[in-house]
Amino acid sequence: MEAPPPAATETLDPAGDVAIDVSHLTVVRGHRLVLPDLSVRIPRGLVTGLLGPSGGGKSTLIRAIVGVQIVESGTISVLGEPAGSPQLRRRVGYVTQAPSVYDDLSIRENINYFARLVGASADDVDWAIDQVGLADHAGQRVANLSGGQLSRTSLACALVGRPEALVLDEPTVGLDPVLRRSLWTLFHQLADSGTTLLVSSHVMDEASRCDRLLLLREGRILADGSFDELLRRTNTHDAEDAFLALIDAEDAAQHRGVAS
Amino acid sequence: MRLAFVSAGRILRQLRNDPRTIGLMLVVPLVLIGLMAWIYHGQPLIFDHVGPALLGVFPLTVMFIVTSITTLRERQSGTLERLLTTPLSKGAFMSGYALAFGVVALVQALLASAWSVWVCGMSIHGAWWQLVIVAVIDAVLGSSLGLLASGFARSEFQAVQFMPAFILPQFLLCGLFVSRDSLPTGLKQLSDVLPLSYAVDAMNTLATRIDGGSDVAKDVGILIGFSILALVGGALTLRRRTV
Repeated sequence: MEAPPPAATETLDPAGDVAIDVSHLTVVRGHRLVLPDLSVRIPRGLVTGLLGPSGGGKSTLIRAIVGVQIVESGTISVLGEPAGSPQLRRRVGYVTQAPSVYDDLSIRENINYFARLVGASADDVDWAIDQVGLADHAGQRVANLSGGQLSRTSLACALVGRPEALVLDEPTVGLDPVLRRSLWTLFHQLADSGTTLLVSSHVMDEASRCDRLLLLREGRILADGSFDELLRRTNTHDAEDAFLALIDAEDAAQHRGVAS
Repeated sequence: MRLAFVSAGRILRQLRNDPRTIGLMLVVPLVLIGLMAWIYHGQPLIFDHVGPALLGVFPLTVMFIVTSITTLRERQSGTLERLLTTPLSKGAFMSGYALAFGVVALVQALLASAWSVWVCGMSIHGAWWQLVIVAVIDAVLGSSLGLLASGFARSEFQAVQFMPAFILPQFLLCGLFVSRDSLPTGLKQLSDVLPLSYAVDAMNTLATRIDGGSDVAKDVGILIGFSILALVGGALTLRRRTV
């Protein structure tokens, strides 16, 4: 099999279509090089899936994009501003991997707090609760919620400010298929209204739900393009096989590199 | 600064949803002061010495524990990381805690001083409202120290251990057991740089003197200074970017 062709986003126009521009990003955690010189562009107004195995650097890349990760070198621009700059704090919504909400508050109290931090209105709070399908439980204490309700509460806390870019770290983990489908529908509705979404997942099946895919393994981008492109290029029929084909191709290329 | 009030409201709402913690914060000091009054039932002069000192010890200790654990939870649950990606500043985050626990401290101080004076029969010569002010500042200091300490704890288990590490030495040297002037030289100097000493000094002044206002003001000034130092130190341990 041939080595993967160059990244597809190079055709994007940085001024107009690019929401997040990561350039030569290097991140070291402890003594481990998690992201070695990673460059990638994430288009505006689409749902981009960040897929790959756990430990491949997905959360680190996401944390770097929202500006909470200490980076070794490289630049990241988000919506035209450097990542983590104060101007972005109202424009970018971030959902951490573990649901980061307050146990001892109700769903509504949690969302209300994050709403007031970003200057959102009471209507926005109702809208966010509605979007994640928790209207019937809004008064319930978060400590008594199921895992899925918890992660949806966490998501609503980011939605409520109606940010221009939403960065979601594994938002669909542990959800049943029906809920997962409804969240992906929501993501596409948001994208249709102009929001840029970056959604990470280690579940390969979710690849087919994304407008664009980034496959990340051991800190490097294995593929960048649409799902169909990926299948065509690897001559496979599902995301899992495509991913494996890419890994095999890369490993083979590396062996050749060592041999020569 | 508006967001500090928003955060304080959220913290108080969390507390309201947790009546047992409120109960512990408000009732435990009363029980302990009552116990002391009972122990020294036959020696009211000793209670008049110990009672005011306890009014200085409790707000700081209780708020220290509560704040260090709650802020540690924010660090560990991911809520802090998330908050720091919102328009909430580090200063507003810290002030939110100081404000919220200041309110709790006000209630605690009103209850504890009323209880000490009217139920336990502790005599005070200074103004009652000054007693309350000292207790509130003392509690805010406890919160600030708790915020600072939480930056050095990796687990709730460690945070709890900070209580004996941070607070007990201050408790032993604050003048409760041996008056600060009678401490051996090295210990006297050590007690001079520990914040709790000034809270207890102020309480003792209020208990024993009518005209101690200016001394109390000086002690309160020192307590505020310590508090600001601890908040600045705490803000330094809050990192927007982490590894």
